[in-house]
Amino acid sequence: MADTAIADAAEQVLASRPDKAQLIDKLVAKLPEHVVLHAEEDLRPFECDGLSAYRKLPMIVVLPETIEQVQIAMQVCYANDVAVVARGAGTGLSGGALPMENGVLLSLAKFKQILDIDTANRRATVQPGVRNLAISEAVSDLGLYYAPDPSSQIACSIGGNVAENSGGVHCLKYGLTTHNIIELEIVTVEGERMTIGSEALDTPGYDLLALMTGSEGLLGVIVQVVVKLLPKPERAQVVLAAFDDVRKAGDAVAAIIQAGIVPAGLEMLDNPAIVATEEFVHADYPTDAAAILLCEVDGTHAEVDEHIADVREVVEREGATEVRVSRDDAERAIFWAGRKAAFPAMGRISPDYYCMDGTIPRKALADVLIGIGELSKKYGQRVANVFHAGDGNLHPLILYDANIEGELERTEEFGGAICELCLEHGGTITGEHGVGVEKIDQMCVQFPPDELTQFHAVKQAFDSKGLLNPGKAVPTLHRCAEFGAMHVHNGELPFPELERL
Amino acid sequence: MTTSADQSQQLSERVTEAFAHATPLHLRGSGSKDFLGEAVDGETLDVTGHAGVVNYEPGELVMTARAGTPLAELENVLADAHQMLAFEPPHFGANATLGGTIATGLSGPARPFAGAARDFVLGCRIINGQGQILRFGGEVMKNVAGYDLSRLMAGAYGTLGVLLDVSLKVLPVARTQITRVFEHSAAQALQQISDWQRKPWPITAAYWEDGKTYLRLAGATSSVDSACEKLGGETLDDDTTFWRAVREHERPFFASDDRPLWRVSLPPAAAMLDIDGDCVIDWGGAQRWVQTDMEAVALRRVVKEAGGHATVYRGDAQPRFHPIGESILALQQRLKKSMDPAGILNPGRIYPEL
Repeated sequence: MADTAIADAAEQVLASRPDKAQLIDKLVAKLPEHVVLHAEEDLRPFECDGLSAYRKLPMIVVLPETIEQVQIAMQVCYANDVAVVARGAGTGLSGGALPMENGVLLSLAKFKQILDIDTANRRATVQPGVRNLAISEAVSDLGLYYAPDPSSQIACSIGGNVAENSGGVHCLKYGLTTHNIIELEIVTVEGERMTIGSEALDTPGYDLLALMTGSEGLLGVIVQVVVKLLPKPERAQVVLAAFDDVRKAGDAVAAIIQAGIVPAGLEMLDNPAIVATEEFVHADYPTDAAAILLCEVDGTHAEVDEHIADVREVVEREGATEVRVSRDDAERAIFWAGRKAAFPAMGRISPDYYCMDGTIPRKALADVLIGIGELSKKYGQRVANVFHAGDGNLHPLILYDANIEGELERTEEFGGAICELCLEHGGTITGEHGVGVEKIDQMCVQFPPDELTQFHAVKQAFDSKGLLNPGKAVPTLHRCAEFGAMHVHNGELPFPELERL
Repeated sequence: MTTSADQSQQLSERVTEAFAHATPLHLRGSGSKDFLGEAVDGETLDVTGHAGVVNYEPGELVMTARAGTPLAELENVLADAHQMLAFEPPHFGANATLGGTIATGLSGPARPFAGAARDFVLGCRIINGQGQILRFGGEVMKNVAGYDLSRLMAGAYGTLGVLLDVSLKVLPVARTQITRVFEHSAAQALQQISDWQRKPWPITAAYWEDGKTYLRLAGATSSVDSACEKLGGETLDDDTTFWRAVREHERPFFASDDRPLWRVSLPPAAAMLDIDGDCVIDWGGAQRWVQTDMEAVALRRVVKEAGGHATVYRGDAQPRFHPIGESILALQQRLKKSMDPAGILNPGRIYPEL
């Protein structure tokens, strides 16, 4: 596998200068005029996703209404060697849907239909633009729900969830997107429609369903998804435990797991996060605590009673200074209110914040938390930590002000250092947000060249021209060499004016 | 305990050598699942020497072990910490290895409720077809850095890489387990199982054989007890032995071997198929074992119409795995080539083209 050839193809696509007017003509010749957007005011809403620090105006936006139109758009782009970035709701946090000035942005926003609900097999067939929460809402009367619940579930769409392999608060018990989908329809880079997975629980040949999930739009465009539905638990209840020491809180997380309990959610907030959210939503969090744990258990009434008692015993044994158990759903909602408001709460105390996403072994929670504290001092920037502690998935929120010159750059560097801290503790740079453009340089730290070369070879099997979402998710070796060179110079970039994509 | 040894380097050298000479390799653990798929013509690459648990910390719910580790040994280590492989893998032989378990991707009765082998793979170290040792995924619960090549290894039958080490998510053993038995026709069983699964009960297996439905519940004691109360039915004594026999094909149904045995994978609620033969139902309807003399093409046509596929477990029918469409096969061929450019890893084990 000649990485140089792959790198050349990728760089050619990135550097290409397609003729915009000609491409519009070719698209409009085969598609209704109103699905092809090219005036600046129509393109502006698509210039960024949830990682708004990165913005680019797409050359053209195609907003197809049918799978056939997706196929046509792909065929035209393929024939003309034009790059395509697929986009769902645009809530992604890693810049995975960042458009290209020389490429087409393919928005699946009009695919909003729930096509079928199959109660006998407990599954739903949905279009990719259906919002995550809309699925659960649609099947609620049947006593069913769709389990993965990323924090953005009110807005994020299922196609994007598949592309990113999204998680959420409940994935320790119920799994990630990859564990909760059954079948996909995709459109390939050539414009061919293909079924991945099947109606059965397995499919002959390779498990392409696993490979497609989390592939960040680099292997195909998702145009239909069959998701698994689960029976709604009878009840859910939350324990709120406060600790005067983050290490004790971290140890309590491992102790709960070791006690044989698999909580539906197990979240941790450190003191800065507690204080900020308390000021914002008044969830009555103990603001003097070094950390709090929110441990939710669900199931039948009897099961919840049994596990709540167990959790209380464990956290008390681990030195909790205060333990509260939600008495009803209203109080459960209040306990969660602070956690759920963590991001907007940061928006109140800081002009901007930057959300990280490393995952580490649970036993390293306290060490990494302390390490992040030290980095915070070194970079002179505040951090608040909210964790999916049960999964070891960290979301440090670095507070910054983009209007202060150099602060965004310093924040990115700080973020990179947190990624590397996670790697030192046997973790990964991204647990659920994806690599996108944001963490692409840290991929060079996580993966040696042979692994990256293998990724590029796999990509080539799906997209030999390198047209699908180029420049994202997997860095070229060339880029890593540059990053490595920059890296040894203590983060002082040799060419700060260069676009680093 | 068997010996613990890291033979990564030796194995990688063997593959590098084979790549240089385009010599096909027949990857082999204990051979317990040799009967699955097509025969492989190649030099044997024995991985059983590469064995031992590399890392296991019960508090992390993760175990990493070498591919040659006997599955039974691994399960004993887990049982000592009251944990388990929740996908309940079939052994199909006393010396079954972890590598073979993941390479075949087989899962036991718990599959529809707990997840499949692939669902528990967190990471792996492999040797690709050029002899390079590569690591994908990791030992953490959530990891979306890079393509998910580790889960792709599950069910790839060693045709994409030689498994060296596998990291698996493990789970605590349920505190209580009870199996209830009901008198049902096959059609009644399918309907009933489908209805039960819409309840928030801790169901972990649902099997039907010869007029009886067997429903396993496992979880918190209180939860299992309250579900049993609502369900009725008779309690089955020594259900652990029963479910092991289901998993290992040791029920009397599997003993009569005069007809070919097919594994039919279907959407769980699919109606009973019009097939002249005998059938038992596992996976709550999603996996049906059929003994029939029906001709392969005709059988597969019926199964495909119902949304499923059929694999030969016993008998001479060809091909062993259900054929797939042209364009998806072409894509899989390119994928195979990207990982094994010389086509030396278990060539033809799944399909002649892979």
